Amino acid sequence: MKNRSLVSISDFTKEEQMRVLEVAQEFEKNPVQNIMEGFVVASLFFEPSTRTRLSFESAANRLGGRVIGFSEAGSTSVKKGESLRDTILTIASYADLIVMRNPVEGSARFASEISNVPIINAGDGANQHPTQTLLDLYSIEKTQGTLDNLHVAFVGDLKYGRTVHSLVIALCNFNTTFHLVSPTELKLPSSVKMFIKEKNLEYHQYTNMEDILPVADVLYMTRIQRERFSDPLEYERIKNSYNLHNDMLQETKDNLKVMHPLPRVNEIDVNVDANPKAYYFEQALNGVFVRQALMATILGLR
Amino acid sequence: MSKIIKELKVTAIENGTVIDHIPANVVFRVIRILGLENYGDMVLFATNLESKKYGKKGIIKVSNKYFKPDELNKIALVAPNATIIEIKNHQVSSKNDVMIGDEVIGIVKCFNPNCVTNFEQVDTRFAVVDKEDLKLKCHFCEKITRRNSMEFI
Ligand SMILES: [Zn+2]
Repeated sequence: MKNRSLVSISDFTKEEQMRVLEVAQEFEKNPVQNIMEGFVVASLFFEPSTRTRLSFESAANRLGGRVIGFSEAGSTSVKKGESLRDTILTIASYADLIVMRNPVEGSARFASEISNVPIINAGDGANQHPTQTLLDLYSIEKTQGTLDNLHVAFVGDLKYGRTVHSLVIALCNFNTTFHLVSPTELKLPSSVKMFIKEKNLEYHQYTNMEDILPVADVLYMTRIQRERFSDPLEYERIKNSYNLHNDMLQETKDNLKVMHPLPRVNEIDVNVDANPKAYYFEQALNGVFVRQALMATILGLR
Repeated sequence: MSKIIKELKVTAIENGTVIDHIPANVVFRVIRILGLENYGDMVLFATNLESKKYGKKGIIKVSNKYFKPDELNKIALVAPNATIIEIKNHQVSSKNDVMIGDEVIGIVKCFNPNCVTNFEQVDTRFAVVDKEDLKLKCHFCEKITRRNSMEFI
């Protein structure tokens, strides 16, 4: 994986993804190491995403790497009309690795093809966010002891949620049974379902969340955004039917974990937070180890 | 009689390639796709010719040039029924249809307005995921451009 870019999760084979998760375990045990000393990571956030940016920067700093870059395009020459091509070509000569978030879809693939240093895609619009997928896989493996043969339920906006799409595609390597819960207008797109069908995996679609609670090993919640609905009344009608409350977790499996890519709005009630089955904050912390592992493998340090 | 009139409309060439059965409205686009605007030898073309099979058609004759199949397959998107006739010493030496390839580069616009190819100077690039229904998956934004939203560059 040395010197390779990660733009889409499928750029890495199953074995390569597993390798990153394995290295992440090492960093979880021993997160502060000086192996990136002398390396410079450029962190280019063309749109603000504090959570993702801090996770990457924390990961680099804990390994002794330096971080340069910007947290929004407003303060850069991009705002003055500089092309992405020129920005990337310039910055590639200052850094050993570029982490980029950009609202333009396909920008990460484009950057990876013109840059002479590897690019890690930290989100390109509605397209891909592969490090989220890796940290989701890591969280599932860590809590379930395996990635194989699990019942994973996805709840909420399955149509527009890119984290859901990438995770579904990645889980198709692990004989997952999929439980897809969403309002009819926000069902998983057929382009993603295609991957499930190709592998002949079992999947079920529901509009009601109660049905899947007793069978799920992982409950992956996502938020439903108001702007997805042309009719605001429809949104009001739907939003509360996919809210998780603590009492709903009573009849669930002992090994169930509730995950969420965060930030949440009201789809998980705060009274769930204290339940040992709530895992979303640890899940976010796992992101740091996974990003450490990814940077270390791409830089050839692991 | 009709044969003579046809000959008068577009002069025959001695050596080179004839591209026939082009839909009349895309003749200029085919010229552009094949890069014939800057070709140094003789290029003859006609459009809005009557065709029994296709209604109005166009034809292009390129002197002293034979194309690689890859080059010709680029025009399959706009002229799927085109016939490629190679002429050697005034004789037809081969006749072939065009086929849509596995990749489409630099011809079609990505329909996604938020795709990087609509902002940066870069050739569009698609994998042809469905040749029958013509579905093109963008190499960059990974969205599918379908026939009904297809625009040519
Ligand atoms: Zn595109």
